[in-house]
Amino acid sequence: MTHSATASTARWRLKQPSIIPGFGMTLGFSLAYLSLIILIPVAGLLWRTAGLGWGGFFAVLTDYRTLRALYISFGTAFLAAIVNVVFGTLVAWILSRYNFPGRRLIDAMVDLPFALPTAVAGIALAALYGPNGWIGSFFMPFRIAFTPLGIVVALIFIGLPFVVRTVQPVMEELDREMEEAAATLGANRLQTIVSIVLPALTPALLTGFALAFARGVGEYGSVVFIAGNIPYVSEIAPLLIVIRLEEFNYAGATAVATIMLIISFVMLFVINFIQAWSRRRYGNG
Amino acid sequence: MSEPSHIKFRNPADERPLAKVLLIALSLAFLVFFLFLPLVSVFVEAFRKGWEEYYEALVEPDAVAAIRLTLTVAAIAVPLNLLFGLCAAWAIAKFEFRGKSFLITLIDLPFSISPVISGLVYVLLFGSNSVLGPILKSHGIEILFAVPGIVLATIFVTFPFVARELIPLMQDQGTGDEEAALSLGASGWQTFWFVTLPNIKWGLLYGVLLCNARAMGEFGAVSVVSGHIRGLTNTMPLHVEILYNEYNFVAAFAVASLLALLALVTLALKTILELRFGAGAAGGRH
Repeated sequence: MTHSATASTARWRLKQPSIIPGFGMTLGFSLAYLSLIILIPVAGLLWRTAGLGWGGFFAVLTDYRTLRALYISFGTAFLAAIVNVVFGTLVAWILSRYNFPGRRLIDAMVDLPFALPTAVAGIALAALYGPNGWIGSFFMPFRIAFTPLGIVVALIFIGLPFVVRTVQPVMEELDREMEEAAATLGANRLQTIVSIVLPALTPALLTGFALAFARGVGEYGSVVFIAGNIPYVSEIAPLLIVIRLEEFNYAGATAVATIMLIISFVMLFVINFIQAWSRRRYGNG
Repeated sequence: MSEPSHIKFRNPADERPLAKVLLIALSLAFLVFFLFLPLVSVFVEAFRKGWEEYYEALVEPDAVAAIRLTLTVAAIAVPLNLLFGLCAAWAIAKFEFRGKSFLITLIDLPFSISPVISGLVYVLLFGSNSVLGPILKSHGIEILFAVPGIVLATIFVTFPFVARELIPLMQDQGTGDEEAALSLGASGWQTFWFVTLPNIKWGLLYGVLLCNARAMGEFGAVSVVSGHIRGLTNTMPLHVEILYNEYNFVAAFAVASLLALLALVTLALKTILELRFGAGAAGGRH
């Protein structure tokens, strides 16, 4: 043990010595499975895009319908993530701070969008917010479903648990003594919340926002039923990929997919960066 | 010393009662509009024309075939991802090796990829104008627009669920128990079966539960690779879509209500696991 430990500092090795068996088998299987299911197919997509060349790629990218679809996807996902940050924080606040009848039930129900299949959510929201639905008929003649606003509604549903479940644990671990200290120093409740509580929650809020936004951009199942899917108006980027595939326009589908993939990688990087930054600064993530 | 009981002091680090009531009311209103009413409307729409029609929609042959296919796909995809989750978590949590955090990022990758793209990558890999397409065709192997394609797409989207529950859990537990068992003469397999597995069983169950819910409910990825052949390559979510697009709303919501029930059962079991074994037993991440 001792001399192999000193040897490990001397020369490069893949893993630290250990008496536990199975490293080769488990890592080998994991890497093989990861490569077959994820890496090779995704690399195939990028390889096909490379085959288009810059010219072909930019032709698809700058096509007005592609630009509109990307704009609608990102715009609606952004709006929905903003709404979710506001109301998700509020929900996390009442769940972690207040005691009221039905709190447990509501806490469990917040995860519904994780568990409910997206197609089910899609048809339910379309029925509810449609012109004849319980909520939709209330707002008539103003239409919610089958407009870009309908997309926002679906993405609020999909993204809510991402914000609540990111913010809630951080909220529960907040040091109440900080708030009491602020109060004894003469701050009123609103001042305490704005200048003591919110800054401590900022990394969690940013992470929740980014997670909800990233999920919203790629969401398909819940959106297609409520969106109306009118090109240039309420056609989201994932739907455009499906439409290009149905037209056997593989180049078009591939190019749009690659743009979305690159943007989601950037998002993933940003989320990891926020979490690393907040761990360094606040000791939580 | 003690205060007269009729004087109530408010904790200065707490909101006024009225503010509390308002905040709770506002949150509940939001949740009613965006969570409860959608869920309730699934069941209301499903029973709009009574039990008779509801039952008819579920026993109709295409619906039965869709239910069977969904169960089959989950029965293949979930155990494979379970095996992967165990292997990946064992390698990552029990050993120190280079590139570990990069590997964890790669495992999470499917969560940040749009489901439609998850399906598209297989269409590009196995489609008729791909490299593999003609070879598969000459051997009579069908992957796209057939069950294998649906299974692959489902595995792709549910790939991280078990692994990401187990990795933090097993990292927290460390390697002490396993090292003790091994030093007492247990074999590797015995150590796994009698020491590691009992330690992680609830976290494992939690991951399997979430993996299964997503596997049975996946729509986007499966929709791209399935070809929507009724009675053959239609899973339950795809069947819901077809019925809905045919304006057969009662049948669409009837099949959807089964999926909603699955979601409710998943949530109930998940809550029980969290209450009984704490957030620690259940990873605590999503």
